[in-house]
Amino acid sequence: MEQLKTIGRELAIGSHGGWGQSKEFLDLVKSIGEARSKAEEDRIILREVESLRRRIAEPDVPRRKMKDYIIRLVYAEMLGHDASFGYIHAVKMTHHDALPLKRTGYLAVTLFLSEDHDLIILIVNTIQKDLRSDNYLVVCAALAAVCKLINEETIPAVLPQVVDLLAHPKEAVRKKAVMALHRFYQRSPASVSHLVSNFRKRLCDSDPGVMGATLCPLFDLISADGNSYKDLVISFVGILKQVAERRLPKTYDYHQMAAPFIQIKLLKILALLGSGDKQASGHMYNVLGDIFRKSEQSSNIGNAVLYETICCVSSIYPNAKLLEAAAEATSKFLKSDSHNLKYMGVDALGRLIRINPDTAEEHQLAVIDCLEDPDDTLKRKTFELLYKMTKSTNVEVIVNRMIEYMINISDNHYKTEIASRCVELAEQFAPTNEWFIQTMNKVFEHAGDLVNVRVAHNLMRLIAEGFGEDDEGAESQLRSSAVDSYLRILREPKLPSLFLQVICWVLGEYGTADGKYSAAYIIGKLCDVTEALLCDDTVKAYAISAIMKICAFEIAEGRKVEMLPECQSLIDELSTSHSTDLQQRAYELQAFLCLESQAVERVMPLDASCEDIEIDKNLTFLKDFVQQSIENGARPYIPESERSGMSNVSNFKSQYQHEASSHMLRFEAYELPRPSPAHVIPQVSVPTPIADLVPVPETTYNSKTSQASKLPSVTDASSAAHGLKLHLDGVQRRWGRPTYSSSSGPSSTTSTEKTTNGVTHIDGVSSQPRDKLNESRRQQPEVSAEKQKLAASLFGGSAGKTEKKATSTQRAPKGNTRNAERPGATRSVSPETSKEKAAPSVPDLLDLGEPNPTSTTIVDPFKQLEGLVGPTPVPSPLDNSVKTSGLETPDLMAAVYTDLPPSGSSSGSLGSTIGDMYSADKTSNTATSAPSIKKGPFPQDSLRKDARARQVGVTPTGNNPNLFKDLLG
Amino acid sequence: MGIRFVLLVNKQGQTRLAQYYAEHLTLDERRALEGEIVRKCLARTEQQCSFVEHRNYKIVYRRYASLFFLVGVDNDENELAILEFIHLFVETMDRHFGNVCELDIMFHLEKAHFMLEEMVMNGCIVETSKSNILTPIQLMDKAS
Repeated sequence: MEQLKTIGRELAIGSHGGWGQSKEFLDLVKSIGEARSKAEEDRIILREVESLRRRIAEPDVPRRKMKDYIIRLVYAEMLGHDASFGYIHAVKMTHHDALPLKRTGYLAVTLFLSEDHDLIILIVNTIQKDLRSDNYLVVCAALAAVCKLINEETIPAVLPQVVDLLAHPKEAVRKKAVMALHRFYQRSPASVSHLVSNFRKRLCDSDPGVMGATLCPLFDLISADGNSYKDLVISFVGILKQVAERRLPKTYDYHQMAAPFIQIKLLKILALLGSGDKQASGHMYNVLGDIFRKSEQSSNIGNAVLYETICCVSSIYPNAKLLEAAAEATSKFLKSDSHNLKYMGVDALGRLIRINPDTAEEHQLAVIDCLEDPDDTLKRKTFELLYKMTKSTNVEVIVNRMIEYMINISDNHYKTEIASRCVELAEQFAPTNEWFIQTMNKVFEHAGDLVNVRVAHNLMRLIAEGFGEDDEGAESQLRSSAVDSYLRILREPKLPSLFLQVICWVLGEYGTADGKYSAAYIIGKLCDVTEALLCDDTVKAYAISAIMKICAFEIAEGRKVEMLPECQSLIDELSTSHSTDLQQRAYELQAFLCLESQAVERVMPLDASCEDIEIDKNLTFLKDFVQQSIENGARPYIPESERSGMSNVSNFKSQYQHEASSHMLRFEAYELPRPSPAHVIPQVSVPTPIADLVPVPETTYNSKTSQASKLPSVTDASSAAHGLKLHLDGVQRRWGRPTYSSSSGPSSTTSTEKTTNGVTHIDGVSSQPRDKLNESRRQQPEVSAEKQKLAASLFGGSAGKTEKKATSTQRAPKGNTRNAERPGATRSVSPETSKEKAAPSVPDLLDLGEPNPTSTTIVDPFKQLEGLVGPTPVPSPLDNSVKTSGLETPDLMAAVYTDLPPSGSSSGSLGSTIGDMYSADKTSNTATSAPSIKKGPFPQDSLRKDARARQVGVTPTGNNPNLFKDLLG
Repeated sequence: MGIRFVLLVNKQGQTRLAQYYAEHLTLDERRALEGEIVRKCLARTEQQCSFVEHRNYKIVYRRYASLFFLVGVDNDENELAILEFIHLFVETMDRHFGNVCELDIMFHLEKAHFMLEEMVMNGCIVETSKSNILTPIQLMDKAS
């Protein structure tokens, strides 16, 4: 009974042509629409989900009602609530024959399921069936689902059908089939590698929509491998030319621009194909020049096309004339009042300066305005530009600005980016060591946890080695200034761990070097570090090693080290630490303090961080000792590989392992700990229980055990003699470069880095005389005061500025007269007005009050439907003929469009075909010039819509009148 | 992959339509992302750029009455073009619904999705002719 009532109500509503949904749905929408808070919304949805959970599982839910349920589920998921219980019903709904249900089912499934969901497999069958349907709308729905749901594994199940559909008589199907193939390419390029020629074919499709869609896969293909598509340059240029000459149907026009989205895509493709290719670029110059000339700067979309043209021009092989036009367009962007255009201008400028760095000079003040703008987006874009134009002359200003900005932002993602850029620029262009260290300090202080560890190591290396200059004095001065600055910075309550590591290392290495600070003072500071807020184990390890070094230097000097109480308590704390590493370091330090000065000096030589340590892997210094032991009856050492039986076993084992790794389960025992050549610890070699599982001859173990048991005396002795050295070795390996002495591995990489850095530095110095650098440094304090000076330091002299400006204003009218030549264009000639015109073009809301006709149109959609529905759609035979001939002559598309005279009237037979095809669109697309006329297809329907809404209970005077606001009002 | 997602969110931060192209996000991920970017965009003034950088991509947004249209795009996308794409979407809906308002989209969520489905596939803009976008939807309406 209840159901009958609902159906009755549905019918009543449906017959009205109004909302067409159930009362419950309307109620749901009403309550969500009027919900005042997220919490209220959550409550509504939770209640809804509960009721749906119950009712959706009822037997024999009517079809219409099920659609209703499914859309309510979509709501639940969209608002963040789990509706997985209903997924299966959405899948089932795709089986329905009625198109609205089927399509809603597909939509819900694509929204609910990821491509790896288990339920996908249930849909593949339905998709296959629907791809064969006679109703092209069903095929389209299935293809749309293919684009969302088919994953790598299921591609083969639908691939043949999709390929067949590329030749479907309906252009809508061809277009979607192209995109399905595109999706397969995105998911698994290999699966469709033999089919990419289809994209070339579709580029010449008779339907501009199919052609436009085909540009998407072609763009991807060309990004991956441009060289294979150079032959298409002429086709792309031809198409772009025709699009720009308005040969495409009027329905593709947008705000008086001819198919702008297609133009943009084509320009992107040309930018790829022309990059670094003089010949290909040569074909493009003409059409790009045309687009510049026709450019429409009064609308957003015109500027979008213009921007893309600038990108294209700056990407292809340079052409002076085009670059000039691009620079001119860029300067208009930059001078605009609209932030959006400024943003595009800054980006475009960044592209142009790659070709001609001088372009920036003209716009220095505009750039500085953008830099100081409160709008964060614009600011960041400008920093990107500055980053691109950094030279050794302006590095200080730019990096200081960047750091200043970095300090004030909280977004970690961007902070990381800008910090690494600062580091990169400083490393590349640093004018002096002091500046570099101070810059690094600032970066570490404010973003220390976000920068790469490598950067810290680099900084330590730099302090240790200097910039590769031989001047000892300068080097020690650098170090003491670093020590000074770090002691100062340590007063800060919170410092990032990585920075503390650097500080500890530098203080340990050079804290007492110049005699300014006493050992006790430095040790005290280091002890303080370990008590700091963010001190982790790594920092503690660095700190205690640093203390050890200072003690060592003191002992070596013959001074007595007085153990501070806080230091002693630190040692006590660390020797009971959970970290074995810290424990070891603490014990080492204690052992150290008992050693005599000579031994200490050898183990911890002063200022030896830059010296390579040669590691004697063969342990030749033990030779005498070993010889003696053998003479005393010890068994000689046999390398592992030569031991009897062992080689076979290990071979077998590795093979076995290899096999095992391909399966999930391993049936062998865990690998035995591999005895190292100097294996000494007896207890390792007693794996009795494992022997049962692994086919290892017991004799090996016996021999090893016996060998090992005889060896201890040897190794004990050696560790007594060289124990400290060995220990150090282990520690080094664990800590790499930053520990007291660099081991051979990292030191080699260090040296390469050093050379590159050294070279760039020398470059910077040689290209830039010192006094000039000093000059720019002297300017720095005043720079922030005045923009002009900032400009000067950024762009290198403002002398040429006014001159340049004058030429630009001279140039502007020239461009405008060119524009004025264009028929129909009634643009004012003076640059001022053109600027004014561009300004109001970027409001956030479409202002229909504007006198210029926008693309809002009065169209009766049903008029358009006439001829589309019915057993034999009118355009299809023509369509067919065009298509088949299109297959034979791939360049037909170009031919079709070129055959058309510029006026658009038909001349050739093909031209008339196309003219006929789109004639319906032309008539239906008469733009309204009077904005006061009510828009939309059925004014009376709008009234009815309003009435219906009131009936449901949602009213403009209700809780949320915003719901009724015209979006385009 | 140019477009990563299209979001319609009202001034109160309530989602009105959400379509993701780049990857399938879990409910929690979606909730977090939507909250984060909506907060970012709502905090901006009319004079500022209609673009916001977020993580490793950009959001282009546009406000119509109480409704924000947010489109997440990759970094090499033409922001102005996306801004106009949003407008094209709104114009298309306006043509279909007549004086489109937030409530239309709420009552016809699936239709708004269908329109978007015609316009964007695999994160690419594939169709920009309003009549081509609306024809299948009108045919479907007529059939039912």
